[in-house]
Amino acid sequence: MASDAPIPAAQPERAGAASLLAAPLALPMRLIDWPMQGLQRLIGERRMAYVFLLPNLGFFSLFVFLPLVINFIFSVTGGAGLFPSERPYVGAQQYAYLFDCGSFLDASSCREDHFWRGVANTARFTIFQVTAMVLFSLLTAVVLNMKIRARGFFRAVYFFPVLLSPVVVALTWKWILQRDGLLNAAITSLGGERILFLVDPSWAMFWVVFVSIWAHMGFYTLILLAGLQAIPADLYEAAEMDATPRWRVFWRITLPLLWPNMIVVIVLALIRGVQTFDEVFVLTGGGPGTATLMVVHYIYETAFANQVQNFGLAAAASVVLGVVLFALTLLQLAASRRKGAA
Amino acid sequence: MNRLARMATARRSPGRWHWTDVAAYAYLALGVVLMFGPVLWLGLSSFKTQAGLLEFPPSLLPMSQKEVRVEGHAQPLPLFEVTLEDGSKRVLAQVRRIGIQAQMVDPANPGQSIRVPIDRRTAVREFKLATENYTEPLERFAFMRFLWNSVFVTAVATLITLVINSMAAYALSIYEFRGKTAVMLMVIGTLMIPITIILVPVYLVITKLGLVNSLWAVILPGAATPTGVFLLRQYMLTLPRDLIEAARMDKASEWQIYWRIVMPLAMPALAVLAIFSIMWRWNEFLWPLAVLTKTESYTLQIGLNAFQGELQTQWHYLLAMTVVTLLPVALVFVFLQRFITTGIANTGMK
Repeated sequence: MASDAPIPAAQPERAGAASLLAAPLALPMRLIDWPMQGLQRLIGERRMAYVFLLPNLGFFSLFVFLPLVINFIFSVTGGAGLFPSERPYVGAQQYAYLFDCGSFLDASSCREDHFWRGVANTARFTIFQVTAMVLFSLLTAVVLNMKIRARGFFRAVYFFPVLLSPVVVALTWKWILQRDGLLNAAITSLGGERILFLVDPSWAMFWVVFVSIWAHMGFYTLILLAGLQAIPADLYEAAEMDATPRWRVFWRITLPLLWPNMIVVIVLALIRGVQTFDEVFVLTGGGPGTATLMVVHYIYETAFANQVQNFGLAAAASVVLGVVLFALTLLQLAASRRKGAA
Repeated sequence: MNRLARMATARRSPGRWHWTDVAAYAYLALGVVLMFGPVLWLGLSSFKTQAGLLEFPPSLLPMSQKEVRVEGHAQPLPLFEVTLEDGSKRVLAQVRRIGIQAQMVDPANPGQSIRVPIDRRTAVREFKLATENYTEPLERFAFMRFLWNSVFVTAVATLITLVINSMAAYALSIYEFRGKTAVMLMVIGTLMIPITIILVPVYLVITKLGLVNSLWAVILPGAATPTGVFLLRQYMLTLPRDLIEAARMDKASEWQIYWRIVMPLAMPALAVLAIFSIMWRWNEFLWPLAVLTKTESYTLQIGLNAFQGELQTQWHYLLAMTVVTLLPVALVFVFLQRFITTGIANTGMK
């Protein structure tokens, strides 16, 4: 990693490949220059900044900010219509449905029991997944930071699943975990009984967590590894001079100096964990029953997959999820500010 | 041999082996098995025949029963090794099976038929790649269509992302203008709003634009990325300002400066964003799943997910298609690994 430049410097062959990508744009870009020159004469050089910002901000407004507002409108209106003009105002009724519970600890006492099962599953998933993910990423980063041979290769080994699509990840593991799969073959050859991993609720949850760690661990390992390599080497050299035991070096030097990166990793993993959907959806479909149904899955189902599409309820659930994410993002900002100060 | 042993046991720093070194290598070895194993198994399995996939316990390599053409039989016959009553072993071809008896012939002497109890024969197997797993889905399903849709979405979306993100980054790095801080805050704000919480209203916007079930419905909503704007802006800030001033002196228009001077110089950062965008688009799942409901507009990921619902028993096609879906990303990874990892380490995004 030490040899990697912060941002890769220009290299002719890469620039060559990229300009190949730009080739189809050469002519349109030259044609745009005519009206752009006219515009520049009209509004002046400095205001051209707004012209350059326009497309990107247009996309942001249309597909992020406007939807954010519409989401609130959806969540306070009812009916089956998609367009706000067809939807009668119902006030906080959608939220009332969502929070209509006999007891918040028992999802089956709730009117929208799937939402609360989703909340409970997502909470359980996130706690297990983030804890295990942070521990394993830390372990892996520390090992990769040791004086080992073929470090580049091993780093690649842990990293490559990050690039795989969630569908590929889920199908790969589904094939291994199925009734007559590789894992059951190993178990029976050792004299054990076959286990229906994705049919048993607790096993299904375990594997959902496992597969998601398998797929994303490399990403967090990379961030922690970058943090580890930023720790000045002379600190370790001094510790070696004093013959400090390795575990003590870890507790007294490595962990405290890595802590800012750890916080970033924990919060990022939390934000991602709360939004878990893709792999779980393909691997278990939320099942068996509702054992691995997540909040985002509930939103998707309520809005798009159910027989009766209920956009209002889905929007209300989205707003609740959005509030949680917003809180987590504030946490991240606070953490990165501390990192900047440190 | 001696040198090999020395090489295997050598460490970068001279000194005695600490137990943590041993543990580290053990952990790395376990990691290789756990991370590579599943994908390797997927690859091996994708070359097995349908019958081969049903075997339990499964064989490691794709094996299938050897067959021979025998005179007088239209179809090739499966080969078995048979233990005869006198204890001798012969390789015979099976004509048909009747209850617990099998009627067999010697391929060298097809005239004479031999009856053998089925528990006295074992199949003769050979290593064979079932390439039909890959070729048949191309003809039988809309697989080529999915592949094309994915390629189209990935290419067009990446192009749009590169152009509009670089324009915004150019404005935010080269100019001083009123409202710059507000715009920066807006861009940061979009980082906090993932598609998971605006799924329904984005669907409404797409419906209003009349784009449901068109590939543009997948391309447009994610085209402007805050990550891309930041990445490019950060890089453009490092470009020498004199260059731009000199170009203005030479009466170059702002658009020309952007396209002819700044863009070529920003190529390294653009390449990083291009790789990211290709990965994002190729692997995107939740949004296409929500907005694409007609089979002919499915992308590969959505098609594959639909298949795994329909083709529960047809794992041989499913595994092969999974491998095809994985291949482009694997190639990108092999050639551009350093690029991707530095990009992630710098931005903390993926």
